[in-house]
Amino acid sequence: MPINILMPALSPTMEKGNLARWLKKEGDTIKAGDVLAEIETDKATMEVEAVDEGILAKIIVADGTMDVAVNTLIGVIAAEGEDVKAAATSGGASASAPKAAAAPVAAPAAVAAPTTAAPVAALEAAPGARVFASPLARRIAKDARIDLARVKGTGPHGRIVERDVRAAMAGGTALAAPAGASAPSAPMGMSDATIRKFFADGSYEEIPHDSMRKTIARRLVEAKQTIPHFYLTMDCELDTLLAAREAINAQAPKDKDGKPAYKVSVNDFIIKALAVALQRLPDANVTWTEGAMLKHQHSDVGVAVSIPGGLITPIVRMAETKGLAQISNEMKDYAARARARKLKPEEYQGGTSAVSNLGMFGIKNFSAVINPPHATILAVGAGEQRIVVKKGAPAVATVMSVTLSTDHRAVDGALGAELISAFKTLIENPMGMLV
Amino acid sequence: MMATYDVLIIGSGPGGYVTAIRAAQLGLKTAIVEREHLGGICLNWGCIPTKALLRSAEIYHYAQHAQDYGLKIEGKVTFDPAAVVKRSRGVSQQLNGGVGFLLKKNKVDVIWGEAVIDKPGQVTVSATKKAAVQPQNPIPKGTLGEGVYQAKNIIVATGARPRVLPGIEPDGKLIWTYFEAMVPPEFPKSLIVMGSGAIGIEFASFYRTMGCDVTVVEVMPQVLPVEDAEIAGLARKRFEKAGIKILTSTKVSKVEKKANSVVCTLEDEKGNKSTLEAERLISAVGVVGNIENIGLEKLGIKTDRGCVVTDGLGRTNIPGIFAIGDVAGPPMLAHKAEHEGVICVEAIKGLHVHPIDKSMIPGCTYCHPQVASVGLTEAKAKEQGLSVKIGRFPFMGNGKAIALGEPDGLIKTIFDAKTGKLLGAHMIGAEVTELIQGYVVAMNLETTEEELIYAVFPHPTLSEMMHESVLDAYGRVIHT
Repeated sequence: MPINILMPALSPTMEKGNLARWLKKEGDTIKAGDVLAEIETDKATMEVEAVDEGILAKIIVADGTMDVAVNTLIGVIAAEGEDVKAAATSGGASASAPKAAAAPVAAPAAVAAPTTAAPVAALEAAPGARVFASPLARRIAKDARIDLARVKGTGPHGRIVERDVRAAMAGGTALAAPAGASAPSAPMGMSDATIRKFFADGSYEEIPHDSMRKTIARRLVEAKQTIPHFYLTMDCELDTLLAAREAINAQAPKDKDGKPAYKVSVNDFIIKALAVALQRLPDANVTWTEGAMLKHQHSDVGVAVSIPGGLITPIVRMAETKGLAQISNEMKDYAARARARKLKPEEYQGGTSAVSNLGMFGIKNFSAVINPPHATILAVGAGEQRIVVKKGAPAVATVMSVTLSTDHRAVDGALGAELISAFKTLIENPMGMLV
Repeated sequence: MMATYDVLIIGSGPGGYVTAIRAAQLGLKTAIVEREHLGGICLNWGCIPTKALLRSAEIYHYAQHAQDYGLKIEGKVTFDPAAVVKRSRGVSQQLNGGVGFLLKKNKVDVIWGEAVIDKPGQVTVSATKKAAVQPQNPIPKGTLGEGVYQAKNIIVATGARPRVLPGIEPDGKLIWTYFEAMVPPEFPKSLIVMGSGAIGIEFASFYRTMGCDVTVVEVMPQVLPVEDAEIAGLARKRFEKAGIKILTSTKVSKVEKKANSVVCTLEDEKGNKSTLEAERLISAVGVVGNIENIGLEKLGIKTDRGCVVTDGLGRTNIPGIFAIGDVAGPPMLAHKAEHEGVICVEAIKGLHVHPIDKSMIPGCTYCHPQVASVGLTEAKAKEQGLSVKIGRFPFMGNGKAIALGEPDGLIKTIFDAKTGKLLGAHMIGAEVTELIQGYVVAMNLETTEEELIYAVFPHPTLSEMMHESVLDAYGRVIHT
């Protein structure tokens, strides 16, 4: 018996879609899993895969046909051993003829075969159909309000497993629609297989993600999707600070090998200045939770450290109470152990704000992604000599641009501006950090 | 020019021969090269013959404790070392023949000799140079021999061999590896076992049961270093109760050989030195991949710490060349090798497969008491920042365990407190190596605590403890 190919539903709410193009011609041999055609909605393009084997006997809805109703007969496959011509003309009865003008519609067969009798080459579960998912996938989906009907399963027999739900969460797709609202069909994140198809086999090396890479991906997607970021940029003059740094380092006591007890960096000043600024504006030293604002007593400043294969953000605890030398030595220890991946969780978890410095690469200015549970992060550019106007005349000053990313749920614009101003004041008058 | 194979596998250990059979099932023209014995280390010098030895030890142990079960043995229960070894070798021989039969049945060509990959697509096989440690069967009939063979896909499955510490090189007489430890002419009166991983502990357990004075020296702070610390702690107590002396955080820094004994210089973590003399020393400090002399260097195949670097589907950096099993890196376990091999050929065939998930590979140690585990240890789970729910159930609370006379042991389960995902399971006690698979299936099916709690476990069985451990994690345990 010929097999009918029906217009699939890409989502439970889809009623019609466009047949973008056929990837098989009439007469082509079809194997299970072959991609037959591409279907478009306003949000997504999906492939129709063959479930059965045979020969594509007839294309009923042509390339480029718009607004084809779900379950419309779009083609017919002749099963193995069947006469292709007979199959083409006897293609099962379609539920409703496509309205599109260009669509050549096969004459409905005399036999009124029930439309549900033929297998449907649908990618997605039809509305109300049973969704196969592992217990763990179901529970995670429930907690994250993920609509399993919109998740493509990659487990045995297309069963939805944990990784599929995690992928849907990371991609921000398939969020369950609020009850009552009409659910727009969300664009699906591209599957790994779809992405791989852009590149020739063997033209790339595939490096499996390690747990650090997975954590970075998960946390940053979460941060960008859940935190309403806004950005404030400020220029800070560094000349006074650089002079102070020189003086401080010159006075470092030396041990018997002539090695100084500390060597304070500009970054250490930045950590200290941010910590002190947060103390001066305690309303900005906060963490957003759904129930309440957590207003922190101390400034625990995270510092992004780049390490092979990723980055990690050790936290300088109570940085406002620590001297520059102490911060400097703590950071040296953190950086060395971070590179050896020897940091303990309590050394990089938590914190109230953070510093990300790309100045050493000559980056002038950038915006950083907030690292939850922080409410702010300061992105630091390179200190460089620039022409500035002083008292109406051009002058040369060493200037560093910084950008504060702020969680608007916790810190509003004016408060963020006050924080970055306080930071600028401290950087330009480093003696202020001492009092 | 010989025929072109779809798949040619180098090495017929559990990884290699299972891969060959799966490839043949998929309709691929398949050959396998072996230089020594079908079935590899696992079947001839590893997993299987040690289980035969340990079974003799177990029955001897029961016979010694017959009166505990109301039985009386007239006269003294003794053993014949030669007969114990002979039984073990017989088991290996039977299975070794079985592998030959399976390969033949699946029409896999067996090529006898040593293989070198000349280039992708071509392998040269020459006569075996390595002297067999002890020949198993004669070379199976109908095998192909030396020559140049073409294959579209070449799978390296050459396995691993004992790691050798400099200055403590095994000599086959006084310093043993598992090869010699498995076929001793007689059992030594005293023995030092260097390394307390699965291999070391199993031999320690065997020789101790057979009356030998055994000392285990482990450089890490716990025995069975990969196991959950709580389980390893319980294991240590049981070993010590059985009379095994255990020195952790201690290394063997020097070995001096005498006529019929070795004198080991031991060094603890504080640098304190002491000496210990025993008739034999077993070096069981891990295994290293067999990556040499098969042409990998010349082809520029990436290796790392003695193993070939592969992706989750066995692919190396050179297209057409694959590696699976021990040579492709840890965990170096037969069942991991088999699974990796199957995935590798299924991917070659174009089937849709997922890379091996190393977090769900169980591990079993057949010491007395047995130890088995899968997934994360408690320490690892906490290291990953997961909040966990932990369940524990002691053998003492289980009717079947009491009836068996095996009241010592523990089943520990670790769940993700947020999702109910089973993160790990760790067991010690009688028959736990047979129990662990229940949790492995649960993990693979992604069950949560709920399905495990509502599943019915048969009474009276040891498996009821697996249920109770889950109940305990969620504050619902019945029998403690």
